[in-house]
Amino acid sequence: MNNGWPVKTGPLAAARLVAARDLRLAFRKPSQLIQPLMFFMIVATLFPLTLTPELSRLRDAAPGVLWIGALLSSLLALEFLFRDDAVDGTLEQFALSGQSLTWMLFAKTCTHWLLSGLPLALSAPLAALALGVPVEALGSMVAALALGGFALSMVGAICAGLTLGARRGGVLLSLLTLPLSVPILVFGADATRQAIVGGDIAGPMYLLGAIAVLGVTLAPLAAAAAVRIGLE
Amino acid sequence: MNWTWFHRFGSAPYMYGFARRWAPWFGGAAALLMLIGLYGGLFLAPQDYQQKDAFRIVYVHAPSATLSLMIYTTMAIAAAVGLIWRMKVAHAAAAACAPIGAWFTVATLFTGSLWGKPMWGTYWAWDPRLTSELVLLFLYFGYMGLRAAIEDPQKADKASAVLAIVGIVNVPIIKYSVNWWTSLHQGHTRYLADPDMDRSMLWPLLTLFVAFGLFFGAVLLIRLRAELLRRERNASWVREALS
Amino acid sequence: MSEFFAMSGYAFYVWWSFAIGLGIVVLNLVLAIRSLSSAKQHARRRMETTS
Repeated sequence: MNNGWPVKTGPLAAARLVAARDLRLAFRKPSQLIQPLMFFMIVATLFPLTLTPELSRLRDAAPGVLWIGALLSSLLALEFLFRDDAVDGTLEQFALSGQSLTWMLFAKTCTHWLLSGLPLALSAPLAALALGVPVEALGSMVAALALGGFALSMVGAICAGLTLGARRGGVLLSLLTLPLSVPILVFGADATRQAIVGGDIAGPMYLLGAIAVLGVTLAPLAAAAAVRIGLE
Repeated sequence: MNWTWFHRFGSAPYMYGFARRWAPWFGGAAALLMLIGLYGGLFLAPQDYQQKDAFRIVYVHAPSATLSLMIYTTMAIAAAVGLIWRMKVAHAAAAACAPIGAWFTVATLFTGSLWGKPMWGTYWAWDPRLTSELVLLFLYFGYMGLRAAIEDPQKADKASAVLAIVGIVNVPIIKYSVNWWTSLHQGHTRYLADPDMDRSMLWPLLTLFVAFGLFFGAVLLIRLRAELLRRERNASWVREALS
Repeated sequence: MSEFFAMSGYAFYVWWSFAIGLGIVVLNLVLAIRSLSSAKQHARRRMETTS
């Protein structure tokens, strides 16, 4: 008889459970959430220190600085997407559970973005103002970073899955993710640049959106395949 | 339909013998066509109206570029075949493709750079085609790096196969970037139907496309033999093949 | 003849391109053959130790 355990089945239910678990676990280790953010802030600060303190000239470099900082921070955060679960065997349990691994990894990646990419996008205005970005551009910049960060998480999930069984996976993860994130960087930085000069951001935003949609549909499949290979 | 001929390609000893027999023919044909094509391109083809003799760089640059893309596609297809049909030979072929493709990507980037300086005034530009070709080189390195980093050979095969397949999106980007964006790089060139090039300049180029393709075939077959030997450790056919 | 080598002033670019292109062709052949002979060597050594 029903001994009190939830009787829900199906991919969405599994995904929801995975997401809830990830969120709960993440808030027990808040340092893991803060570190990528701090890293982003520090990287953003290094550029004015090494390039020029003049805000008017920094403004030109701002799209690149913000997006490279976001990428590097996201690479750092990707380390803890699968690692803890791979180490304690939870990932294996997911794969063996008979539920859709694709959906579960999709849920994991979404939560990961909620915990790393989204906070970064929301706190980016601080760095942006320090780089001379005008206030009017901040809204579009946050939107672009949020969307781009989501796409980065999707692409990064594939690479994180691939490097599960590899030695020195951290460096390799970066090497694999960087070429695949070039389109995201290019269009994201373009959207931010357009926002700064007051141009039309629709074009690059649509392209970012298209990449995000492509990521959502294909990345979890590839990530699930990669994880299964890594766990064999 | 009798598919046994196809399944023979999945057998390592068969492919080893096939490669050993055919590599010299591919190589010989490639060498001959290369000589003919280079002679035609360097000596027979007239000067270009605008670029004068600098256009002759096309005879190394275009075949290298085509090869860099074609080899990646071959690698991705071989990887997919290996994943879907679990054919070790296919995985071996994919592994063999990677270094060749990487070298021709390097060739494309350098010869393109040397052509860019006199033509556009710069050795490099961050335009879509050049950038995505550079990304292709990084993808090749990533593929080879991933293979090297995973100890278990079967896992390495499968993981790198997934990477190769994911990276295939870059190939259409490179090819169509000149159509999608206003680019510094020359736009789409028609080679066959209603060609954009004068016939006397075109035939050496087409010859060299084929020559480079045959060369890739030859080198791939040699590397494939090496890969098969490395994978089939204690198989009995290895003993016979090496004696 | 010297006109041919001068390549209407573009000699540096044209000849270096061909050098690099053909150099990489030759290099690929050489590297592939070396890879095969080293694989054969390893395989022979393995057979000696197991037989």
